[in-house]
Amino acid sequence: MSTSSYNVIGTRPPRHDGADKVTGRAIYAADFQMNGLLHGAMVRSTHAHAILKRVDTTKAAAFPGVVAVVTADDFPQTPDRIVDLGEGETPVSHLRGNVLAKGKVLYQGHAIAAVAATSLQAAEQAAKLIEVEYEPLPCVLTAVEAMAAGAPLLHGGDTNVTAHVHHAMGDSEAAFAGAAIVIEREFTTATVHQGYIEPHAATVLWNNDGRVNVWCSTQGSFVVRDVVSCLLDLPVSAVRVTPTEIGGGFGGKIPVYLEPVAALLSKKSGRPVRLVMSRRDVFEGSGPTPGSMMRVKMGADADGKLIAAQAFLAYEAGAYAGGMVGAGAMCVFAAYDIANQTIDGYDVLVNKPSTAAYRAPGAPNAAFATESVVDEIARKLKMDPLELRLRNASREGTRRADGPKFRRVGCVEVIEAMQAHPHYSAPLGEPSHAEAKRGRGVAIGYWFNIGLPSSCVISVNADGTANLIEGSTDIGGTRTSIAMQAAEVMGIPVDRIHPAVVDTDTIGYTGVTGGSRTTYATGWAAHDAAQDVIRQMKLRAAKLWQAEAVEFADGVFQAGERQMTFAELAGKMSETGGPVVGQASVNPRGAGGSFAGVIADVEVDTGTGKTTILRFTAVQDAGRAIHPSYVEGQMQGGSVQGIGWALNEEYWMNPEGRMMNASLLDYRMPTILDVPMIDTQIVEVPNPAHPFGVRGVGEANIVSPPAGIANAIRDAIGVRLYHLPMNPPAVAAAMGGQK
Amino acid sequence: MKPFDYVAPTTLDEAVHALAGNPAARVLAGGTDLLAQMKGGRREAPLVVDVKRIPDLLSIRMEEGGLRLGAAVPCIRIATNADVRAQYPALAEVASLIGGTAIQGRASIGGNLCNAAPSADAVPLLIVLSAVARVAGPGGIREIAVEDFCVAPGKNALGEGEFLVDLFLPKPAAGFKAHYLRFIPRNEMDIAVVGVGVSATVTDGQITTARLALASVAPTPLFVREVTEALVGKAPSAEAIAGAAALAEAAAKPISDMRAPAEYRRHLCGVLSRRALTAVLQ
Ligand SMILES: Cc1cc2nc3c(=O)[nH]c(=O)nc-3n(C[C@H](O)[C@H](O)[C@H](O)COP(=O)(O)OP(=O)(O)OC[C@H]3O[C@@H](n4cnc5c(N)ncnc54)[C@H](O)[C@@H]3O)c2cc1C
Repeated sequence: MSTSSYNVIGTRPPRHDGADKVTGRAIYAADFQMNGLLHGAMVRSTHAHAILKRVDTTKAAAFPGVVAVVTADDFPQTPDRIVDLGEGETPVSHLRGNVLAKGKVLYQGHAIAAVAATSLQAAEQAAKLIEVEYEPLPCVLTAVEAMAAGAPLLHGGDTNVTAHVHHAMGDSEAAFAGAAIVIEREFTTATVHQGYIEPHAATVLWNNDGRVNVWCSTQGSFVVRDVVSCLLDLPVSAVRVTPTEIGGGFGGKIPVYLEPVAALLSKKSGRPVRLVMSRRDVFEGSGPTPGSMMRVKMGADADGKLIAAQAFLAYEAGAYAGGMVGAGAMCVFAAYDIANQTIDGYDVLVNKPSTAAYRAPGAPNAAFATESVVDEIARKLKMDPLELRLRNASREGTRRADGPKFRRVGCVEVIEAMQAHPHYSAPLGEPSHAEAKRGRGVAIGYWFNIGLPSSCVISVNADGTANLIEGSTDIGGTRTSIAMQAAEVMGIPVDRIHPAVVDTDTIGYTGVTGGSRTTYATGWAAHDAAQDVIRQMKLRAAKLWQAEAVEFADGVFQAGERQMTFAELAGKMSETGGPVVGQASVNPRGAGGSFAGVIADVEVDTGTGKTTILRFTAVQDAGRAIHPSYVEGQMQGGSVQGIGWALNEEYWMNPEGRMMNASLLDYRMPTILDVPMIDTQIVEVPNPAHPFGVRGVGEANIVSPPAGIANAIRDAIGVRLYHLPMNPPAVAAAMGGQK
Repeated sequence: MKPFDYVAPTTLDEAVHALAGNPAARVLAGGTDLLAQMKGGRREAPLVVDVKRIPDLLSIRMEEGGLRLGAAVPCIRIATNADVRAQYPALAEVASLIGGTAIQGRASIGGNLCNAAPSADAVPLLIVLSAVARVAGPGGIREIAVEDFCVAPGKNALGEGEFLVDLFLPKPAAGFKAHYLRFIPRNEMDIAVVGVGVSATVTDGQITTARLALASVAPTPLFVREVTEALVGKAPSAEAIAGAAALAEAAAKPISDMRAPAEYRRHLCGVLSRRALTAVLQ
């Protein structure tokens, strides 16, 4: 699609942080060094649910090399209140209790105490000397069990259900009665982890002047600032957070775990303290995304028009309220224009780590259910599955059951691109051996794109370059995609801009890198800051030339016959009034969501039940692809994570709530040998609410892969699977049941 | 990991001496099991005895009647050795199946055996190749048939102060074929859910030898002797193979854990045995 009216947008320049990353010079959180650094180790719960009777740190404190030991009692015991620090409304006691347990532990791996010592070995050995006495309580591990009468209660009261969302429009019961075909199915999905490669790590120095300095790997430096200051009862200005490079997050590096604990240890010891999670800690102590149980019922008329839909969604919240079911309930039927809908979603406490966002949180679960049912309807009606989707696709003006009407969206264009893609009409090919069967599946999905505040400052250098600073930590190449938007406005190549992600003292408040917002919102701030630069530069040119009006186009300032390039004018800054600094802060509300879809070809070994992905095509509406390679990278990344979720990933818990596969060996994320090259096709339906038409692209791409693969497996073996993961034992069992 | 002492003897005698009277000492070959266990806190060793400087443990040579494989020879040398590739192709294959390139530069078949994991990939193949282990210790040198070497998960038949010197693999007869088939859910970086090693000799249209051993379905690698009895004397056929595969399935004593449910492992024993036997008997 044409981006030819732009000079920078739509091109694929090398990333600014590339050289440091490929040469190993980039500083990640655990690389951060400081004189006098102490090493920390945590004590984590060995029970999924228990009363903490006694935590005795005496022996640990006396261990050689130990400088400080902390427990939950070391936090300022401020009265409880509700706060919203970037992760939704939460009581302070929950944030504090998740960081260090008080009174009760709610999951295996729940942090209880921490030690800081002069060496990591000393800290680890001392941590083992902390005596914890538990009074074990029965644990509850799935939403269904937790909703049952008589289930153990995590936070008292009379239920583990912390929220019930209900959306309805039309009259679904009446519409089902008139439907030619009604399909109702129940689905379950396992708890899965984002699987970012870099474990959480943080170093904190509580300085003698009372300021707290934090260096950490996070998706939101201002969230860390606000949580640390809240839990330590300090003004936000007392905390400065410097985000390091980040080795992946996918939503899991929005919550704050280690920083407040390292701060307490630093306060006690007077020295900088570093805490680093192990992979086991990451699995057991940081937020996975919820396992779920879903019932979806859909009805269509004989022509394949969807006329009614109902969904019951029970999602695990983990140990604290505030799980992902809200978004799941908004997305479950978002791809379709269905007049009669009833949606009920339940957020349910279980004895697992408090859930965190994971790429379109809540939506892949729901799409697995909906897209499986839609596939079944298409089969029953003998209709092409994409044709059925097209007939019912959401478009401008379609109302979702949760209220909003879609503005201009690209659902139709995505489905049409899938239909037209050569993959969709290519033959499946012969199975590779006598016991293999092949199949093809499709699915589509939707995810939002949020706004939130972002700030950007651009300082022009006399050599015609510019320094751009911003507060969005860079997970997916956003330094470059943001700089490209400024470069487009300023009419200079993007390598003339030096973008940097800076600390919370240096830039205005900027929301998390999440919700597919960064290229959209911080890019918008960069666009506005660049316009501010150009506005000022025009005044400089006007001054220089004594001109009334100065025009600016394609990097050239012009008044009548006189013209000057950006670089030439930059060289004259000091004679025309001094430095030029442009800035902007935005808080956009016009975010436009993104639709995406997949075509998946699989081969199932009917002997072993193993599924091989033969060919995989991801299609997504990017609005406007600023840097197409990064958009494709997001689509491929979301696809691979979706493949892992579909085929093998799960928290495998024993009945006592211990995760038995808390290692990358046994958690079984796909490796490079488990996925084919993921083919991508970008669709561009510009977002009318962004200066360049950008839609966030980070998340919608994970929504449909599990469903697409489920539909492909159904196509191959003639049996549908209703549970994720569809691992080899599950596929083998499903086929055995058919014999 | 706790601090430990380290010695690297250069002769068998020195090694016997270093291990004597030190029951908690551990032998170090490639370290790809041992060091990972020590780092993970699953194994402690006050003394580590590195055997990679002892020439006997590092040699591969053809002898009268078979191949003598030093216990510490890394997989990469086995996989690329001309004699091994010509006469024991299944061994070369298993040596390039274990781990990836980096691991193969260190990991030894001796270590794979001594580690005594039920899932060890080389062990079922060693069993069907009728390998014999030669061990040295305070009492001198003795031999142990490989099928008797592993006695429990992580436990082998070595006595106090004993260590593995080498493995002897009898020379294959004409018409002999061996094969190891492993099932893992991913295509790399996984532990055998089930592994099947098979070997057979077909002479004049008749099966004259047959052996089958399983990984990951019992506390130790499992030698299924019934398969030998069932196949020897028969002509290779789909029925004979199906019958033998059913015996393997029946012999398995799998458990359910995070890697797979027991019923599924049992089912796989049948499927993989059938496929592996088909590969050697066809
Ligand atoms: C990334 C990775 C991938 C792996 N993939 C596989 C795989 O695909 N298949 C597989 O089966 N295994 C695999 N392993 C496990 C391991 O690599 C193998 O078991 C390997 O063969 C062990 O050999 P080693 O020489 O490294 O043994 P070491 O770690 O040195 O020793 C293993 C054990 O045997 C003892 N030992 C070693 N040599 C002797 C001796 N001569 N006498 C007495 N005791 C001895 C040691 O004390 C120790 O207890 C993998 C490991 C890693 C880290």
